[in-house]
Amino acid sequence: MAKLQEAAVAQITEICDRHKDDKTPLMMILSDIQNEYGYIPLEVQELVSKKTGISVAEIYGVVTFYSFFSLTPKGKYVVGCCLGTACYVKGAQNVIDKFQEILGIKPGETSEDGLFTLDALRCIGACGIAPAVSISGKVYPKVSVDQVPQIIKELKEEAASA
Amino acid sequence: MSLVNIKIEGQPYQVEAGLTILEAAKACGYEIPSLCAFNHGECNQGSCRVCLVEATGARGLVASCVYPVNEGMEIKISSPKATEARRRSVELMLSNHNKNCQQCDKNGQCELLHVAQVTGAREGVYEGVHSETHIDTLAPGLVRDTSKCILCGRCIARCSNAHGMGILGFENRGFATFVSPAENRSFVDSPCIQCGQCVNVCPTGALMEQSEIAKVDAAIKSGKHVIVQAAPAVRAAIGEEFDNPVGTPCTGKMIAALRRLGFEKVYDVNFGADLTIMEEGTELLNRLTNGGALPMITSCSPGWVNYAEYNYGDLLPHLSSCKSPHEMQGAVIKSYWAQEKGIDPKDIFVVSVMPCVAKKAEKDREQLVTNGNKDVDAVITTRELAKMIRRAGIIFNRLPDEDWDQDIMGDYTGAGVIFGVTGGVMEAALRTVYFKLTGKECEPIEIKAVRGHDAGIREASLDINGTTVNVAIASGMKSAKVLLDEIREGKSKYQFIEIMGCPGGCINGGGQPYVRSCFMPNEADDILDTYKEKRAQALYSEDERQVLRQSHKNPQVAELYEKYLGEPNSHKAHELLHTTYAAREGFNDVK
Repeated sequence: MAKLQEAAVAQITEICDRHKDDKTPLMMILSDIQNEYGYIPLEVQELVSKKTGISVAEIYGVVTFYSFFSLTPKGKYVVGCCLGTACYVKGAQNVIDKFQEILGIKPGETSEDGLFTLDALRCIGACGIAPAVSISGKVYPKVSVDQVPQIIKELKEEAASA
Repeated sequence: MSLVNIKIEGQPYQVEAGLTILEAAKACGYEIPSLCAFNHGECNQGSCRVCLVEATGARGLVASCVYPVNEGMEIKISSPKATEARRRSVELMLSNHNKNCQQCDKNGQCELLHVAQVTGAREGVYEGVHSETHIDTLAPGLVRDTSKCILCGRCIARCSNAHGMGILGFENRGFATFVSPAENRSFVDSPCIQCGQCVNVCPTGALMEQSEIAKVDAAIKSGKHVIVQAAPAVRAAIGEEFDNPVGTPCTGKMIAALRRLGFEKVYDVNFGADLTIMEEGTELLNRLTNGGALPMITSCSPGWVNYAEYNYGDLLPHLSSCKSPHEMQGAVIKSYWAQEKGIDPKDIFVVSVMPCVAKKAEKDREQLVTNGNKDVDAVITTRELAKMIRRAGIIFNRLPDEDWDQDIMGDYTGAGVIFGVTGGVMEAALRTVYFKLTGKECEPIEIKAVRGHDAGIREASLDINGTTVNVAIASGMKSAKVLLDEIREGKSKYQFIEIMGCPGGCINGGGQPYVRSCFMPNEADDILDTYKEKRAQALYSEDERQVLRQSHKNPQVAELYEKYLGEPNSHKAHELLHTTYAAREGFNDVK
């Protein structure tokens, strides 16, 4: 098992301590770790288990139950394609298929360059602008299959210039 | 105890308040089929939905395993609505099950098949996709096959109740859910101690022991000298496999069966247990007088040794360096016995019959190889022995009572017999330590303070010739952890601690016959509360029947020292009978 860096141990420990008086702290701890550390690998779960006394299997169960939690680092851009009913009938499946084709990853996976994570979302409440794609907080309305290459190109350029 | 009035199928009954409908119905003489419920809610998620009944005051059908009775409640088990719902629950479960009953080792003791028959579940009602199958056959002790799993959660609850560990958990969600160690790892790549308690509660064949019957068959076929040795706890439970009441000692019939199965010699591991006491008692006295890590902790239970290596690497010097009894005896068979008989140790194959699945992993430890030979070659469980007996067509209950082979390793004492129950190793050791310190036998022989049959910590204080010896006993890792944390914090007041992996000790080992009330119509309702005590009693009564009840009185053990080993803890004894431990990482790097 890969050992966690000292800084990571301190960070996770601090997050666990933050919730040590909570009655059921696991969800809060995992949310904070996801947000601040970026993902929740097994090493981190072992540390949380040690701090909270909750078994690794239970923590792993929670992490794999909720799609919000991730076992692997997410990319710089998290591409969330809405596949809710409205978006779906407006062709969202074709849109996510195009992202898959160009990025070479399946939903839930991250591209090798670490830039993109593809997520399939259920309704994000933007039915009026279906099909909607949410990329790291920014919502793209009425996305067509033809727009997909351009969106990816722009994000790659943005990343390169940053 | 307050009572409430209820009606079941229109008949009035008075039952204890606070019971679930399932328990109340059982007390009144109704067996509602159920799968996820086990032992008063020890394992109980209300998840399988097989125990649905109608009850007044509830909206719709209720899961009787979690719904409590209350005053005036009218319960209908046999209404068409309830019977149909129960049947449908089972049919849905079967729709995602591999239904490979003929090849399944659980057949005959499978609760899913039982409820399928009881509820009248029909074949092929719900056809469709199956969820992905995950199979783990890498562990020497355990096999996991999710295609037979019904997601009841019993194994998860038992792992956490017995050990506070929770190796198993639910992974993913919805249709993709399955039960496994984190990351869908094999048991061998997780801190699982392979105690097999999960196997004991699994209602289906999803969790089983790794069978070694084929290995034994091959050895017998090869013409090797196949020697069998049986652990004390096996005799206290094997009878249950052949419908004897729980707690029937079946030593004589078990020996007769082993002889008929083609083993060349049939020995009792109690000889090894007596030997263990000689070595371990001497080791304790050495540590007490010459210094050494105290408290000293017993090392007979491989489940416990696994736990120590995974979680308390810093405390390993506290473990006795003694091999477990069957490993000691295996080493003696392949040295002393082989020499006396003029047989090349390479031509000897030692089979241990054990109440344990962790012993299957133990026998493969690289530390348990002496002079290039494995001390023990195969380990079969009590359940596997019963299978071999049935396969051979032997009618167990009609066998004569026979005795162990009596040549140079046939003698054993009552001290060895009680190894099979929590507190037994401690009692056996104290009988001998007392004698060594005082030159007199401990009176009375029984040291009741250390006795018990359940998990939890017991302690005792003995005054031996002015020396006070404080001892403690724990079984199940939840209790053991308390004692270990005390040692780690420097607060332990004990000199000697006995730890057993399974709650109650070997009598409740992961390789023992399943205790399922639905298959035991002649046992009392509370059999799940009493079976450990009954099995323990079978061992204590065998101890009482022995003329020799202290290990140091075993004449053949004395002869072994005289002829071969010298004295306890001698150089030769260390070579053959002692071992080492090494800290291990729980979740090792498998990527």
